[in-house]
Amino acid sequence: MTVIQKKADNPIAHLSAEDIEIIGKELDAIRDRVIADRGERDARYIRKVIKTQRTLEISSRAVLLFSLFPPAWVVGTAGLTVAKILDNMEIGHNVLHGQWDWMRDPKIHSTSWEWDHVSPADQWKRSHNELHHRFTNVVGKDNDLGYGIMRVDEDQPWKPAYLGQPLYNLINACFFEYGIAAYDLELGESLRDGRHKSPEFRARLRAVGRKIRRQVLKDYVVHPLLSGPSFLSTLAATFTANLLRNLWSHSVIMCGHFPNGVETFEKTSIEGETKGEWYLRQMLGSANISGSRLLHIMTGNLSYQIEHHLFPDLPSNRYQEIAPQVRALFDRYGLKYTTGPLPKQVASAWWKVLRLSLPNRRGKQAQSLAPAPLVSAGA
Amino acid sequence: MTTTVPRRPQKASFRTRLLRLAETVTTPLLPEDYLDLVAPLRSGAALRGRIVAVRPETRDAATVVIQPGRGWRGHRPGQYVRLGVDVDGVRQWRAYSLTSVPASRDGRIAITVKAIPDGKVSNHLVRRVRPGTIVQLDQAQGDFTLPAAAPERVLFLTAGSGITPVMAMLRAGLPDRADVVLVHSAPTRADVIFGAELRAMAEAGALRLVERHTEADGLLGVSELDTLVPDHLDREAWACGPVGMLDAVEGYWTVNGLVDRLHTERFRPTVISPGEGGTVTFTGSGVTVEADGATPILDAGENAGVLMPSGCRMGICFGCVVPLRQGAVRDLRNGDLTTAVPGDGVRIQTCVSAAAGTCDIEL
Ligand SMILES: Cc1cc2nc3c(=O)[nH]c(=O)nc-3n(C[C@H](O)[C@H](O)[C@H](O)COP(=O)(O)OP(=O)(O)OC[C@H]3O[C@@H](n4cnc5c(N)ncnc54)[C@H](O)[C@@H]3O)c2cc1C
Ligand code: FES
Repeated sequence: MTVIQKKADNPIAHLSAEDIEIIGKELDAIRDRVIADRGERDARYIRKVIKTQRTLEISSRAVLLFSLFPPAWVVGTAGLTVAKILDNMEIGHNVLHGQWDWMRDPKIHSTSWEWDHVSPADQWKRSHNELHHRFTNVVGKDNDLGYGIMRVDEDQPWKPAYLGQPLYNLINACFFEYGIAAYDLELGESLRDGRHKSPEFRARLRAVGRKIRRQVLKDYVVHPLLSGPSFLSTLAATFTANLLRNLWSHSVIMCGHFPNGVETFEKTSIEGETKGEWYLRQMLGSANISGSRLLHIMTGNLSYQIEHHLFPDLPSNRYQEIAPQVRALFDRYGLKYTTGPLPKQVASAWWKVLRLSLPNRRGKQAQSLAPAPLVSAGA
Repeated sequence: MTTTVPRRPQKASFRTRLLRLAETVTTPLLPEDYLDLVAPLRSGAALRGRIVAVRPETRDAATVVIQPGRGWRGHRPGQYVRLGVDVDGVRQWRAYSLTSVPASRDGRIAITVKAIPDGKVSNHLVRRVRPGTIVQLDQAQGDFTLPAAAPERVLFLTAGSGITPVMAMLRAGLPDRADVVLVHSAPTRADVIFGAELRAMAEAGALRLVERHTEADGLLGVSELDTLVPDHLDREAWACGPVGMLDAVEGYWTVNGLVDRLHTERFRPTVISPGEGGTVTFTGSGVTVEADGATPILDAGENAGVLMPSGCRMGICFGCVVPLRQGAVRDLRNGDLTTAVPGDGVRIQTCVSAAAGTCDIEL
């Protein structure tokens, strides 16, 4: 992949400025229709997910009090893993996007929500909503591209340090929530440019410290202690649940912007960008995951990454409903709607991490090294 | 007074310690988030209620009976309660006068709602809400009540749904010797909310009832009181009804220099002059909206998804007060302009203030 502007076969070359504006208008219309129809059904959906998550979490933790007994360990750990995934993905991520603010329920609101994650909600909201969603896939602006530690685009110059990136990525996957906390803090950059000494940075660092302390106390001290003789097995269970949740969310998120077929953009290309152009960048800079209803819920509907990036604040249960309309729009304008099953998309993303750990092959388009082309528009 | 061994503080601290331990397990949620799943009305929870019955009163009014949570502290007849109910998935807060008597045996409370054309909440409560629904509540408030020593001669002037606070007073009962007159207006006899009960009370001699059916006989003019209730100015008066009626009544009692003896309850504010409109920024939530000069900032914020505190929505309870960091707003009731620059710490009632230029609200 190369920034779209440098590609030989620029996938948007056939679109006129008017086309792009019409695409924008059509997307606005899809959004307006959902907002006009948003109501009780949606409210019932999110309340049900929240209730399910809470019931599952409390009962799994109760079962784990007897985790010395192997079946209890398995059931409790599985339940807790699912509860943590629901909390972070379908509930936390989406509530913090403000997808449910319209209900005016102070208990389910982006300004009051806190999630089961070491990055405090307000810091995550800043880095995710304000930076990543605005600058999606703009090389040098969107830090989600490689999280500032990896090379994920041919246009990023190669350095020998990138040889280790498959390993960094694996470690990041296992401890993903800490990676995100550091990333939301802009830890690396702040250390580099000396911002880490500012009182503002220190306050944020303290907030992260407090959040980590609370999370660790709960999962690795209090809950195991309450399990009495099952102390060690409960400790192993909560650790496993956190690990699995991390691996899962890392995989889902890699699928959103890394797989083959997703475009990246040059910094200068977004200067004076129109609404239509912004939409177009979201359309081409994201990839979906195909699968069952359960998969969509477990990914927090980030399996509809394209729809989510177009309309980050629409209720997540609606992405699935508007996907056919969005896809029809892609088809009509000859654009590639990138999607594929989870294993395939994860493999594609990992392949890119491996491939780009090495310098670009001279003369040869790096892309030709990719595995068989992924499912795309019309497939 | 009895003396007790000082064990309570110890107990309390044990409870607090237990609660803290529970919090370390439920973080980032609170223990209450889990308890709410099973016992939303328990003591210590945010005040809520469960609707237990909806009884039609007239073709467009219904009484909603509510079992309040354990934290309900009761009410005095004439007071109102703020109620938050989800309509089409969106939480809406409105005020309703309580029509039940205080401390009823089953602990239930009741409000009586009249559906107004296009009214969001009133139509939902009268026609759609089902028993079992949980609603949000606030403690009763308001001073449209009878004094502890109720006057011997009383005049109630009501129209339409304005009967509700008065009904609570009548149901609770006035002193035996009290001389009570109720002048009530409604479009037709069938539209009189609590018609049968009021007529029965009149028959039993508890009050003199003057019904005015406006569809046939036209609106009641204040001047007609001279013939209907000749001694009306000698009575302590309580009035509740539409804006026009209350304005006329207030004017009349003021002219007669007796406004001290008149008590009114308004269900909606009198809007005098709109503001100029402008861009409103809610600094805490990072939301910016264009609001026109007729839209209260409360509505503008709510429509943009900002969590706005609110109460009566008509300028009496001060439940909606927030700091105006800078900018200008106009009071919709009297046209007064309020301006602020950073540091002023000006606080405004968002329910009766509209933007009059660019303003920053700290919320
Ligand atoms: C202290 C207090 C006590 C109250 N007690 C009662 C009560 O006991 N019973 C009761 O039915 N109502 C009572 N109300 C009025 C109630 O709070 C609502 O305003 C009313 O139910 C209309 O709400 P809505 O959501 O249906 O209308 P909205 O959707 O808010 O308004 C729809 C339209 O009707 C207009 N409108 C709003 N309120 C009124 C009104 N009161 N009369 C005429 N037009 C209106 C609006 O300007 C708008 O154009 C009380 C209000 C206050 C402040
Ligand atoms: S809401 Fe009651 S004063 Fe504004």
